[in-house]
Amino acid sequence: MSAVDTAPPPPAVTTSRRRRAALMGRAPQDTPAGIGTYLLLATTMLFAAFPLYWMFVIATSNDEALAQIPPAVIPGDRFLVNLDEVFSLQDVYFAASLINSVIVSTVVTAAMLFFCSLAGFAFAKLRFAGSRWLMLFVVLTLTVPNQLGVVALYIVMGKLGWNGTLLAVIVPGLVTAFGVFYMRQFILNTVPDELVESARMDGATTMRVYWNIVLPAIRPALAVLGLLTFVSTWNDFQWPLITLGGTDYPTSMVAISDLASGNYVIYRRVLAGAFVATIPLLIMLFIGGRQIVRGIMEGAVKS
Amino acid sequence: MSTTRAAPASSGRRAATGRHGHGTDPDHRRPSWRDRLYRFDMRYMPYVLIAPFFLIFLVFGLFPLVFNGVVALRNYRLDDPTLTGWAGLANFRQLFGDEDFWNALYNTFGIFLLSSVPQLLLALIVASLLNRRLRAQTWWRVGVLLPYVTPIVASTMVFSVFFSRDFGMANWVLGLFGIGGDEPINWRADKLHAWIAIATMVNWKWIGYNALLYLAAMQSIPRDVYEAAAVDGAGPWRQLWRITVPMIQPVIVFTVILSTIGGFQLFIEPMLFDLNSQAATGGPNGEWQTIAQLIYKVGWKDLNLGYAAAMSWALFLIILVVAGINTLLTNRLSGGRSR
Repeated sequence: MSAVDTAPPPPAVTTSRRRRAALMGRAPQDTPAGIGTYLLLATTMLFAAFPLYWMFVIATSNDEALAQIPPAVIPGDRFLVNLDEVFSLQDVYFAASLINSVIVSTVVTAAMLFFCSLAGFAFAKLRFAGSRWLMLFVVLTLTVPNQLGVVALYIVMGKLGWNGTLLAVIVPGLVTAFGVFYMRQFILNTVPDELVESARMDGATTMRVYWNIVLPAIRPALAVLGLLTFVSTWNDFQWPLITLGGTDYPTSMVAISDLASGNYVIYRRVLAGAFVATIPLLIMLFIGGRQIVRGIMEGAVKS
Repeated sequence: MSTTRAAPASSGRRAATGRHGHGTDPDHRRPSWRDRLYRFDMRYMPYVLIAPFFLIFLVFGLFPLVFNGVVALRNYRLDDPTLTGWAGLANFRQLFGDEDFWNALYNTFGIFLLSSVPQLLLALIVASLLNRRLRAQTWWRVGVLLPYVTPIVASTMVFSVFFSRDFGMANWVLGLFGIGGDEPINWRADKLHAWIAIATMVNWKWIGYNALLYLAAMQSIPRDVYEAAAVDGAGPWRQLWRITVPMIQPVIVFTVILSTIGGFQLFIEPMLFDLNSQAATGGPNGEWQTIAQLIYKVGWKDLNLGYAAAMSWALFLIILVVAGINTLLTNRLSGGRSR
């Protein structure tokens, strides 16, 4: 980039034209990207993707590949062997932990979408006494870091007898202030009041309005919230470790940390497991990347 | 269809009671089933819809937070249920003399500095790269999110191998540049190296995410701001620092607060960077033990929940103070450039 300042030879013709465009006060987003920008972005991608790629390399290698200089960078052919070892371990039930992760993430995501859209609908379109105060309460709770109540949450779960069960990781995540707030904003902006009123005139109940009018209109928001919720629930570690750690059937993230403990850690196994547990998220990013990007850019993520 | 149900929302109730008063039709002396249903639907259904949130939040969000304060003032040990009763401020007093706590605070702060500053600066640069007219625009944006969707548990395991002493990729790359060739760096032997390794993981994870937050803000800058600034002939680099950054200052403050909150609760990376992760000591001598990790150790390894609760409160206060200071600092730094 700095070469542009001094160099007038042939290749710089386009760049100097670009620079002149910038001088003319064109906004960056209207300025076509030059070769330099693409190169830098490609480098960024390389850094972003390399750890994932290397995870795959180790997951497909034998032990020797990890003990050589220079380090291996080409995938081996032992992925299925390593995978088989992970799934047939006697002290870590990896397959069961994957199923647990699927159950937890799916239930939490479905419940989040249902409860948050219901509450968001109520706050956006229904009139009821105290709605303003209650909404203010929701907004205030956005700022509460519930991580910090983890000790007491453990005691509460103990009283309920839920520690060590999936209920302990599912129930606290069923509905969040952020989800309610996000849904309310979206419904407020996309569902016209007249539509709700006229359905009322026709004698539609609240639930019918929700089902026939609100739900179809908020599909994009459901996709965004659903993807973000699934990803963060799947990746959650601290609370699952506290409440499920030491049990036979934790979530996959806790199971991976179990694989990685002990006197002699076999990394090709650990990373084969880690890779398998990452695949669902890569698929989601591939399919729903556009929605995830939009969700984040709308400021849709709390942490 | 009864007339009440067809009536608009506000007059519906009045119509129902009015008819009830007249009592001409025996069928309508008492409100009919439908009327009751309707009235319930209008008056109470909204509360039913918002009830799940308030129920879950009160029981599993707010109550634990308050109850945490109570636990902090009590003796609460998992290994000795008979030891109960109020401890007063004993847990908090213990905190001040606890070397582990101050060490963990020091580590947390060090890792936070090494991760947040480069993270946000690099995110700004990536955002300004993305803020051009690009081919395959969506794919570049999705690409920078790869680290964001990767489980931290998985990526930390990769980095753990990456930073191993003997055959690690990090040492090999540094060796190419002539650093540490004969004596490879032991990333787990001293504070600074361990902090750098952990900060690298944090940076990798969050640069793309922050870049998208910045990008969103950059794209909402009115175009005439750039026109107005065209006169002083700023190149792309100066354009970024003198126009773009001051214009997106609120979002920068927001990301600083987010990374403060996140950085001070750092848990997974220091836990799994440790080859003996179950101990939760953050290195043989606590070289990189963070506060969140110490809370876990005190609560579930030493089984002293009362003390862990007190520590949580201390962490909460620390986050509040640091977030406040950082907000002021960021306002100064990024606002000062606009002049």
